[in-house]
Amino acid sequence: MTKAKKNPLLEITLDERQNTFKETTITYDAETAVREAQRCYNCKNARCIGGCPVGVNIPGFISKIATRDFDSAALILKTFNGLPSICGRVCPQEQQCEKKCVKCTDKTEPVAIGRLERFVGDYALTHSSNNEYQPNNSCFKIAVIGSGPASLSCANDCAKAGLHVTVFEALHSLGGVLSYGIPEFRLPKNLVASEISALEKLGVVFKLNCLIGKTITFKNLYTEFDAVFIGTGAGLPRFIGIPGEELNGVYSANEYLTRVNLMKAYLKDAKTPIIRHNRVIVLGGGNVAFDSVRTALRLGSKPAILAYRRSLNELPARSEEIAHALTEGVQIETLRSPVGIISDDGINVSGVEFVKSELTGIDSNGQQNFRTIPNSNFVMSCDGVIVAIGTNPNPIIKDCFNDLRTDSRGYILVDADGKTNINNVFAGGDAVTGADTVISAMGAGKRAAHTIINTLKDTH
Amino acid sequence: MYLIVSKKILSQDIVEYTIQAPDVAKTAMPGQFIILRIDSDGERVPFTICDFDRTKGTIIILVQTVGATTYKLSQKNAGEYISDFIGPLGNHTDLTMYKKVLLVSGGIGIAVTYPQAKALNSESKQFDIIAGARNKELLIYTKELGLLTNSPYFTTDDGSFGHKGFVTDVVKQLLQSKTYDVVFAVGPLLMMRAVYNVSREFGVDTIISMNSIMLDGTGMCGCCRLTVNGEIKYACVHGPEFNASSIDWNQAINRSKRFKEIEQQHYCRILNND
Repeated sequence: MTKAKKNPLLEITLDERQNTFKETTITYDAETAVREAQRCYNCKNARCIGGCPVGVNIPGFISKIATRDFDSAALILKTFNGLPSICGRVCPQEQQCEKKCVKCTDKTEPVAIGRLERFVGDYALTHSSNNEYQPNNSCFKIAVIGSGPASLSCANDCAKAGLHVTVFEALHSLGGVLSYGIPEFRLPKNLVASEISALEKLGVVFKLNCLIGKTITFKNLYTEFDAVFIGTGAGLPRFIGIPGEELNGVYSANEYLTRVNLMKAYLKDAKTPIIRHNRVIVLGGGNVAFDSVRTALRLGSKPAILAYRRSLNELPARSEEIAHALTEGVQIETLRSPVGIISDDGINVSGVEFVKSELTGIDSNGQQNFRTIPNSNFVMSCDGVIVAIGTNPNPIIKDCFNDLRTDSRGYILVDADGKTNINNVFAGGDAVTGADTVISAMGAGKRAAHTIINTLKDTH
Repeated sequence: MYLIVSKKILSQDIVEYTIQAPDVAKTAMPGQFIILRIDSDGERVPFTICDFDRTKGTIIILVQTVGATTYKLSQKNAGEYISDFIGPLGNHTDLTMYKKVLLVSGGIGIAVTYPQAKALNSESKQFDIIAGARNKELLIYTKELGLLTNSPYFTTDDGSFGHKGFVTDVVKQLLQSKTYDVVFAVGPLLMMRAVYNVSREFGVDTIISMNSIMLDGTGMCGCCRLTVNGEIKYACVHGPEFNASSIDWNQAINRSKRFKEIEQQHYCRILNND
């Protein structure tokens, strides 16, 4: 291995990848982590930090790995990021911190910051010391709605500042999208549970099966707590609006992934049903589309097909996920737009009708445009279709939080500090931005936490 | 964990459970539902809130055994716990704009009709109730309905109790002889559509309650979607009640059968192991 390249992550066998939900890649061992950490120049003016939405002191924790002081590395990392094992796995580091790494040139790969974060995160989970516990020394009570990345990050920072934090989750399981959305093979659920239990040690109280706006009214919550953070995430799955989306065998990515991830429908004796389709077509090109198609493959769809309107270069998913999908045998079909979903019997899906498309150049927003080619329609047969084109805001927010200001689509309006128009009500994550990355949501949660801490300090 | 306070067997296949769930009881309203999981590897299944007691903090649900989970639930006894119980979900029945209401229930649909009737009774509004079932054994809450209105109408397919025939027979008779502002119909999809087909001939709106397949019940998964006036809507957050004329019925009926085969196999496995 030359020093020009990142130390690779080992992977489980292809057979295991195609047929089980085991995690695809294996965390660095200590030797590899130290070797990778020694590639870091420990720059004084560390540009990588600017690439991180939560501003982790990257050279700080990496230099501790290089000297085998993993406990200190964990301490530094966790000061900035309460969920390092999760972020080390799902952050698009290649677009953020690693992109800014000075090593990053045509010939040299950046330091594998994400892999090192994952190593330290996993180390901290297995070598956890109880000295993290801090008693709540503040008289302020904070309600956090939802338990996804934005909420967890907000809860983490508020709890560390000594505030009493209660997190309200509608589902029976914590983690939001980390739990229902991202598959086991990319983010093991026991790990999500472990990182969340670290928050419990900080004194955060979690309340499951509680839908704010229904189980507890917003008014009651607002009266009982000094500040409220809304981190309810993205909402209703969006459909394309083409004929046939109502057919049996057509799923939103959220439904398909929730059945498999949250409800464990892939296990043999699972109580929640899932149909093991023979030939699935996923419509979309983001990380959720790739999670869906790789899930379909593992459930026996041979082939599992992903169809995207633009070309390979424009796929919004992480390059690592695209590479994994291709290795596993996912068939990626580009430059085709779906125009209808077809059924032989009027009930079940039997195919997708596409029209071919071609690229027409980059517009002023930097977006590659495309146009469809007239009379180029064709049908691809399938027995399952997963629509993975994003989400619209959940109407419960708007209906139950009467005075909360949202944009015309229903996304919550906040200022740069995460404040909404209602006094002491804050928001962040996908409920504000629409579907975005885990780390962007965590960044928003963190910013809101600091605003909450400062706002309440002033009222003291 | 949620305590089963009491269990009443109403017929061979129908059990009434009173569950301790103070948070849910505090805000529950007629027409809303809950989702429960029996244990840590259970599926999420929606049930209508049939009644609630805010003082005692309890919710009543009716469970009809139709598959593996409802069978397993029906084996639970008072004093035992169920793992998860979330609600109240969905929008509640809105009766404010109606003065004369006809309530129609088919089978287990009584779980929605009963709290609607209770609400109408407490507001001293004029209403009639028609409750139907396949036979006398499956016709439940007859006494309770009798306490809310002087003359509830009952029908059974086999004539073992009340009028022999379908609820639609009585719907037609009543619409011919009386005037109503609205019909609320709750029961199996085919029954609700049949009621709608009768009432629309009389120019009376029918509101139905969709019992779609659901996972989260909070608008996240899109599993319960249906086409309403040509637009995709989600029964869990936009419903469960809709004007019957706005629904694409064939589609809703097809979608209700999505997992029938798998669920039947699962149920058979459970019965054989028992």
